[in-house]
Amino acid sequence: MTLTVRNLGFAYAHQPILEGIDATFDAGKFTVILGPNGAGKSTLLASLAGLLKPQTGTASLHGTDITRMPPTARARQIGLLPQGAETHWAISSEALVALGRTPHMRGAGTSADDRRAISAAMSATATEGFAHRPVTQLSGGERARVLLARVLAGEPEWILADEPLTNLDPGFQLDILHLLRQQAEAGKGVIAVLHDLQYAVRFADHLVLLHAGRIFAQGSVDDVITPANLADVYGIDANLFKDEEGAVQLFIKGKVRP
Amino acid sequence: MNNRTLTALLLLLTLAAFLLSLMAGKVWIWPNSWAADNADGWIFLELRLPRAVLGLCIGAVLGLSGAVLQGYLRNPLADPTVLGVSASAALGGVGAIYTGLSLLPFGLFTCAMLGAGLSILLLLAISRGGGTMGFILGGMVLSTLAGALTAFVISIAPNPFAASEIINWLMGALTDRLMADVWTALPFMALGVALLLSTGRALDALTLGENGAKSLGINLFRLQWVIVLGVGLAVGASVAVSGVVGFVGLIVPHLIRALYGEQPSQILLPSALGGAILTLTADSLVRLVPGPSEVRLGIAMAVLGAPFFLLLLLRYRKGAA
Repeated sequence: MTLTVRNLGFAYAHQPILEGIDATFDAGKFTVILGPNGAGKSTLLASLAGLLKPQTGTASLHGTDITRMPPTARARQIGLLPQGAETHWAISSEALVALGRTPHMRGAGTSADDRRAISAAMSATATEGFAHRPVTQLSGGERARVLLARVLAGEPEWILADEPLTNLDPGFQLDILHLLRQQAEAGKGVIAVLHDLQYAVRFADHLVLLHAGRIFAQGSVDDVITPANLADVYGIDANLFKDEEGAVQLFIKGKVRP
Repeated sequence: MNNRTLTALLLLLTLAAFLLSLMAGKVWIWPNSWAADNADGWIFLELRLPRAVLGLCIGAVLGLSGAVLQGYLRNPLADPTVLGVSASAALGGVGAIYTGLSLLPFGLFTCAMLGAGLSILLLLAISRGGGTMGFILGGMVLSTLAGALTAFVISIAPNPFAASEIINWLMGALTDRLMADVWTALPFMALGVALLLSTGRALDALTLGENGAKSLGINLFRLQWVIVLGVGLAVGASVAVSGVVGFVGLIVPHLIRALYGEQPSQILLPSALGGAILTLTADSLVRLVPGPSEVRLGIAMAVLGAPFFLLLLLRYRKGAA
């Protein structure tokens, strides 16, 4: 069970955004896509979600070109948590989570399957408590969980999240990361774009480090997060060390001196 | 009150407003003389019936179009005029009156529908693949252009009577329409309404933004076509028979949201009913105002609608603060 990109490329107005991307994403793993602003992270995620048609190369799911899949079939397999936590109308949390069932619905109303998936997603994210509150009245941390529940309600095999931690306090960030981690452990393929290197080090099984539209490094945390790579890609001086519990931690000292 | 009870209530109100529209006027016509073979019976059959049916259809079309466009653009200030379809259909109608084509059977209707059709094609071409932004800008350009050309036609009208006829028609009214007008407009409206009612699920998904909706398998390109065609046919036909009636498409979805909540799919049918109730009631009231000639429906709607909308906004701001 893999999502694969081969020689993926993208350019806007002759400015390359992504070039020659080759990567394989496995089910049951939490993959984090890293890279500085403008490295092409969101474009790569959008191609994996089937929202963008790559100009060169392909993105495929178990060997099927994602852009050739019927949109509904694709949506059942690949769930996306878009950037920005958009919610435009004051609908209840439960109604918002129910939107995740859209690719499964036929005709009017919800089936027993829909209702089971919705309540399972809400209990996994501990959002039942405000099921009937309008999403516009929730705190940032509550809304982030409701939006993740919306993705889970679709029961996709793949969960793609574009900067899911933006504007959240550390406690809420950890809630979201633990939930994504749980999904990976339950066998789903989880791919997230993150900015926070510390979290990437602690939560990811697999890393893809992008730099200026190309893959700079990919592999395990040990292979990718090295002081040399971080200096080259981010221009930062960072140390890795094992804490008292034996977990790898990252400490950023400052910018690299020229 | 749950949504089903509310909808039943709105259906009852629609029926009541329809009956009021059949009876009200300078001459009240009670149900016992509807089938009578006298002046009352003729007024009922030739004047009141087509007028009430048109009021029902036009109100429903405008309310529904407003609800769909507000959902699609995720903007509560959108209404059917944003697409420029009304303005283009109006230009077609004005052209027909100016050239005298309106004297031919169905001349005015055909010209107005051609105006609406042309605006649909232009809008689809302008906004192709451009998302909602291209859509809004395209509609604005069309609306402005059609408005300017309409003003131009009025300015070159051969005599004051022609100019006044054009302006009068533009203001929107349901007076002196025949059953033939109803039968001509009805198929376009029915097709448009069917298209618009099919958009509920996609509009709901757009609550999550364009990327969210796309990731749920919604084809936004197709949605845009369905909406342009639906609004174009339904609103184009309504302008072609009655001129431009404003405010219904803007106000009604707001009122309905206050009752039904904000989920876009849940307010489509109720907005159609609400539009019908408002239009039928307003059109009955304009007949009851004393005086030699009737207040135009378009004017009455704006005069009643604007303060009402202001009140709504003030209440809303108070609630938000």
